[in-house]
Amino acid sequence: MAQQDKITTIDLIRAILARNRAALAFGISLAAVVLGTSLVLLVSARLPVTAVQTELAAERAQMVTTMEAHAKQASTTLGRNYIAPEVLKAVSAVPRHEFVSDRLRGDAYADRPLPIGYGQTISQPFIVALMTDLVRVRPDDAVLEVGTGSGYQAAVLAHLARRVYTIEIVPGLADSAATRLQRLGYSNVVARTGDGYYGWEEAAPFDSIIVTAAASQIPPPLIRQLKPEGRMVIPVGAPFAVQYLVLVERDPDNGQVTTRQLLPVRFVPLASGGQ
Amino acid sequence: MLPLLAVALVSAGALAFEVLLTRLFSIIQWHHFAYMIISIALLGYGASGAFLAVTGNRLRRHVGAAFAAGAILFAVSTVASFAVAERLPFNALAVIWEPRQLLYLLVLYLLFAVPFFCAATCIGLALVAFPERIGRTYRYDLVGASMGAIGLMLTLIVLFPNVALKVVALCGFLAAALAISVRETGVVRKRRAVGYATAAIAACAALPQSWTALQLSEYKGLSQTLLVPGVKVLAEEAGLYGLLTVVSSSTIPFRYAPGLSLSNSMEPPAQLGVFTDGDGLTVITAFDSRLEPLAYLDHTLAALPYHLLEKPEVLILGVGGGADVLLALLHRAPRIDAVELNPQLVRLVSKRFAEFAGRPYEQPGVRIHVAEARSFVAGSRDRYDLIQLPLLDSFATAAAGMHSLSESYIYTIEAFEQYLDHLRPGGYLAITRWLKLPPRDSLRLFATAVSALERRGIGDPGRHLALVRSWNTTTLLVKNGPLTGEDAAAIRRFAEERAFDLGFLRGVSREEANRFNVLDQYYFFDSAIALLGPQRKEFFRDYKFDVAPTTDDRPYFFDFFKWQALPELLERRTLGGAALLDWGYAVLVATLVQASVLALVLILTPLLWLGRQRPQAAALARWRIALYFIAIGFAFLFVEIASIQRFVLFLGHPVYAIPVVLCAFLFFAGLGSGFAPRLTARLDALQGLPAPGALIRLTGGEGRCGWVVRVRHPALALAVTGIVAAAVLHLVAAPSLFRWLIPLPDTLKIAVSLVLIAPLAFFMGLPFPLALVRVAAARPGLVPWAWGINGCASVLSAILAILLAMSLGFSAVLLIALGLYLVAAATLR
Repeated sequence: MAQQDKITTIDLIRAILARNRAALAFGISLAAVVLGTSLVLLVSARLPVTAVQTELAAERAQMVTTMEAHAKQASTTLGRNYIAPEVLKAVSAVPRHEFVSDRLRGDAYADRPLPIGYGQTISQPFIVALMTDLVRVRPDDAVLEVGTGSGYQAAVLAHLARRVYTIEIVPGLADSAATRLQRLGYSNVVARTGDGYYGWEEAAPFDSIIVTAAASQIPPPLIRQLKPEGRMVIPVGAPFAVQYLVLVERDPDNGQVTTRQLLPVRFVPLASGGQ
Repeated sequence: MLPLLAVALVSAGALAFEVLLTRLFSIIQWHHFAYMIISIALLGYGASGAFLAVTGNRLRRHVGAAFAAGAILFAVSTVASFAVAERLPFNALAVIWEPRQLLYLLVLYLLFAVPFFCAATCIGLALVAFPERIGRTYRYDLVGASMGAIGLMLTLIVLFPNVALKVVALCGFLAAALAISVRETGVVRKRRAVGYATAAIAACAALPQSWTALQLSEYKGLSQTLLVPGVKVLAEEAGLYGLLTVVSSSTIPFRYAPGLSLSNSMEPPAQLGVFTDGDGLTVITAFDSRLEPLAYLDHTLAALPYHLLEKPEVLILGVGGGADVLLALLHRAPRIDAVELNPQLVRLVSKRFAEFAGRPYEQPGVRIHVAEARSFVAGSRDRYDLIQLPLLDSFATAAAGMHSLSESYIYTIEAFEQYLDHLRPGGYLAITRWLKLPPRDSLRLFATAVSALERRGIGDPGRHLALVRSWNTTTLLVKNGPLTGEDAAAIRRFAEERAFDLGFLRGVSREEANRFNVLDQYYFFDSAIALLGPQRKEFFRDYKFDVAPTTDDRPYFFDFFKWQALPELLERRTLGGAALLDWGYAVLVATLVQASVLALVLILTPLLWLGRQRPQAAALARWRIALYFIAIGFAFLFVEIASIQRFVLFLGHPVYAIPVVLCAFLFFAGLGSGFAPRLTARLDALQGLPAPGALIRLTGGEGRCGWVVRVRHPALALAVTGIVAAAVLHLVAAPSLFRWLIPLPDTLKIAVSLVLIAPLAFFMGLPFPLALVRVAAARPGLVPWAWGINGCASVLSAILAILLAMSLGFSAVLLIALGLYLVAAATLR
């Protein structure tokens, strides 16, 4: 609706300008812009169900369908050929468009990572779902996230866990994510700015940890803060290109830490398929 | 009249700009797209031919003014194109996700084509307007370019690349100043020239620095680090090896320790981050002569060989910030030879931040050598217990395949043989790389080691090899001698204690190879078995990445691309497939396709205008001209690029070897081209025949079977014969000569290189002017067309040469070039 409004405004301005009445055009266009902006604001302030929301819900549903299709190809990673229904439900409930800049809203539900400034990205929806699925969050869990970014991953986790603790190193990102999460009503997410290396000692241990910031090593304090049967997941790769996911697990019996390196997709490097 | 010095200045500026752009792009972005942008933009050369073909006659009447205008536009557009490009929101990393990025790419092509177009128009105009001195003009063009290559290198030693851009612009302005200060008679109005030149210098100096301030991609390691509170830039140094930035982080330490065990609980000491071109982090670790704080290093995968050797004498090839020297000190190695290519990095550790770094290179037993790894090893007579090749590139760079288009001589079969020659009996070669999934680098290294051991006559290479992996790195061990039971036990113990996995070790079961860092397939174990067994060939064929060993003739270690995997990876590009693709090769092919289409358009378009001109009887056919200039355009760069590679290996230090060799090639070719008119005249006189036909008597085998051949163009025949003879000599004699001479000091090696390049390059300078003179005589309207064709061919050949070298090797590229020269000679009989 907001989109259509703008077009009408532009058309109006054009029509008036064509008659060479510049001053009037300016006045009217100014009024139109003010009107348009307030409309957009009203829409985003959640008026009763609008066309925009229906449209966004449709885009989100499409996003989930894409994820389900992707999951079929990621059976080695997931251990099954679907993403847990509760994860999909959580992803469907989060307004992803609120986590990107206005300019990128149109692409918010597209099957791709998006830039969020500060050299960071909001991960591709499928990767978010995959990582969330891999850490197996239960309703009573406490989850730690290192690298808040836009706050999107934390919001998804918030629908699944009792409490989500999230740390971001870049103050600018941390502030905007905290404000955003608060505004959207994610009261079970606690955010802070700082060094993720030492985890969140006061709230430890955690049932799951998601590290979204690239690291040359897996911080020992994080491993210590993981419950004996807990799971930690770390994406490895360059910006815009996750290469593989590292799943860190602890053996509940002997405390031995093991990792699993998982490709997001099933890819057999030998053409003949076997060894 | 147009002073030839002005031609040389424009030519120098254009070549310097081309090389400088590569540097600038590698700082602000880090992607192959930079390569693509520059290659396509160079077609501005081809476009100038089309432009001159259409407007040549009009411009010839005002040649001085037209030349000056072109040179000024060149100067302005070098700075302007870069300034605008920096402000475009182009993000190479997002290309697979965002089709809009391709639009930006198009804008970048056009933007950078402008300076090349202007420069080429200036030079082309000089050739078109003065057909009687084509040879000399071309000489100044080539010699100017050679000065541009070497001049830029010298400039970059002292100036930041974005400041060097002004120097390039100055070349253009000075050329313009010179062009408009010359009378019709050729006399230079000195005062006027000095006045204009002063104005030019003032204009360049007055350009606001902010226009070309380097704006790093926000996705680079340095950009991201600078966002962290408490991070400070301590030093920034320009230099040939890249822009070095030293950064301290007071609140959140770097804690950089790749390959660190998950069972380690120690935190690394304070570190300074050193970024090269805003990426490729290496760290300088705080050291105060106490070894306890370094104990974490013993928990990295790189520590493995120290658990197999007692107080080893060590050679470290590539020490970066010095972490591996500290590792050797921790294990009380009595002798440590540390080799580092970048003298600035060595100075940072040993001088500027000596206090912080604890003067590691002054510790007892440590010697630091500023040298390239291969030439150091080749020139050394010492033997070691351990030769280490540490992990130096950043993960992001390695993961994105940033090096896939660059040659790497330290991982070839020949390199491995040399390393093995410098190991004592029972000594180890240890190479650490980032883990990639599915594995690529580590398998290629394994295969290389197998081949090197086999070449030394070892029947069962598997007994000499061990491959161990952490969650993100792999280390390959090659022993000079079979691994004993004790060795195997020590490797097992080391791995077990640190939760590392044995990717391959004789006697280890498949299950044991996948315990701590579990992979969904037995990638390493199964591949190693295949590489050691009779199925090796099938494995290379069936594996979806190219992991066959590289050689000095085909040294593209980081290129794993195979067409076979492309459809599958593209289909799954949004599922991580794009991250598995080696973009270098794919981008190279894409560049070639685009450049070919554009070149074809640029070559064919002028024919629409020229179509009406009826050739005189017996004039040169257009197809002959086209074929000839395409052939020599391709051949020149093929020879140049293939030869540069050989000399780089011989001279070491690619950053100065490339400009030196390139400069030598262009310079001697320039000398050759200037000699073209005299050569024609002399040969014709010798034959006593009127040009252009001549008779040469060729006598074979003591005159017993003499035959007479009619050669219509003896100078060309001589040039091509010279090229073939010199190139064949290079092919046959150079490898063994280089092996023999490599221990010589650098200056002598450069002298040897010059002696070897001179004759080949001299002859290579001849074919272009020899033929262009004929075109000017027979069909003058086609001179700019020929110039444009040559420009297009040069651009295409630079791309094709790398593609061919990747699949066939440099020797093959050289042989193809010789074939092309013969084709050229036959075309213009």
